[in-house]
Amino acid sequence: MRGRQLAARDLLRGNLEGEELERYVEERVVMTNFEKMLGWARANSAFPLTFGLACCAIEAPISLVTARYDLARFGAEALRASPRQADMIILSGRVSIKMAPVVRRLYDQMLEPKWAISMGACSSSGGMFANYAVIQGADKFMPIDLHIPGCPPRGEAVLYGFTKLQRKIKGNPDQGWRARYGANGTEEWAQGEPSPDSVDAYGEARRLVHA
Amino acid sequence: MPDAPGLELIRGELEQSHPGAVLDTGYDHGQATLVVDPAKILAVLDWLRQAPGQEYDFLSSLHVADYLPAEPRFGVHYELLNRDRRERLRVKAMLREPSSLSLPAGAGAEQLPEIDSCVELFPTANFQEREAYDFFGIVFRGHPDLTRILLPEDYVGWPQRRDFPIGGEPVTFTYNERAYG
Repeated sequence: MRGRQLAARDLLRGNLEGEELERYVEERVVMTNFEKMLGWARANSAFPLTFGLACCAIEAPISLVTARYDLARFGAEALRASPRQADMIILSGRVSIKMAPVVRRLYDQMLEPKWAISMGACSSSGGMFANYAVIQGADKFMPIDLHIPGCPPRGEAVLYGFTKLQRKIKGNPDQGWRARYGANGTEEWAQGEPSPDSVDAYGEARRLVHA
Repeated sequence: MPDAPGLELIRGELEQSHPGAVLDTGYDHGQATLVVDPAKILAVLDWLRQAPGQEYDFLSSLHVADYLPAEPRFGVHYELLNRDRRERLRVKAMLREPSSLSLPAGAGAEQLPEIDSCVELFPTANFQEREAYDFFGIVFRGHPDLTRILLPEDYVGWPQRRDFPIGGEPVTFTYNERAYG
């Protein structure tokens, strides 16, 4: 250990040369390609959206980020309150027909690459709510990367699912979901020409700012 | 609670002030029920709210039940409460479903059962009548804003009616697939 520290100090001082330098580089430096490195970084910093739908939310975002399960060990401890900053959404609970457009909108607002976990029986299949108000499976209106079974799933199950998702992220950063779901053109940004009113208002605002 | 004789006393007084308003009474499980003519529901509720000795001035719940094979089909329940005497009284108005045969030719709109709104008497009924409209399709005449309250605005149908399909879809389990193909 002490020897490694001394070698690092010598390298920083520029005192390593020749065979010593070769050995140092062989020991310390990992060669990879950019895609793999990017996938590694993404998988270990997947920030979840602060978002809960029903009782599974007690298990997933709440108990999972606290000390017993501690999702921070996997780099997902920073719950983001805005979909624009989140990489991952956990559907924790049943999705009612009134909530589905909201969930879909949140998903569309997330920046790519993005991942979705359907947690528990309800969001995966409707669960016990086989009725007029609940959507029978969230993959009917948005792409889901991972389903975690359970009612609710234990924290261990969610952690296991999350590590599976990390493996997926590392393996294939571009999931190609838009092609699979035929969802090209659902990206949210302003489309069409701005209205004359908004152009006037914008020009007026610019004049005021620069006056 | 008014007991069974007390309920008959209320019915007698109502019979004097509003003849023909009370159609029936019921006393089950310690709960007194007045079955009222839906056309006179407002007069009866107003009388029960204000008449000396009654003063049921608190509407603790308004809800609808669908007794489908029965006719009339819908029961609008008003749970009244007098907080001084701690007495509860249930008022029930039975509504028929308007038959589609009586529709004028070319009328596309669905015929819905109607009853007077009691928001003027009990402001708390505002949301509860909207909920009843949302799930049972009961139209409360004179309601200030009778729109859907819980379901999406563009929802079609009245899902808590007994003839409404439950919905959902069968789940195909691996076991069933193997066993039954």
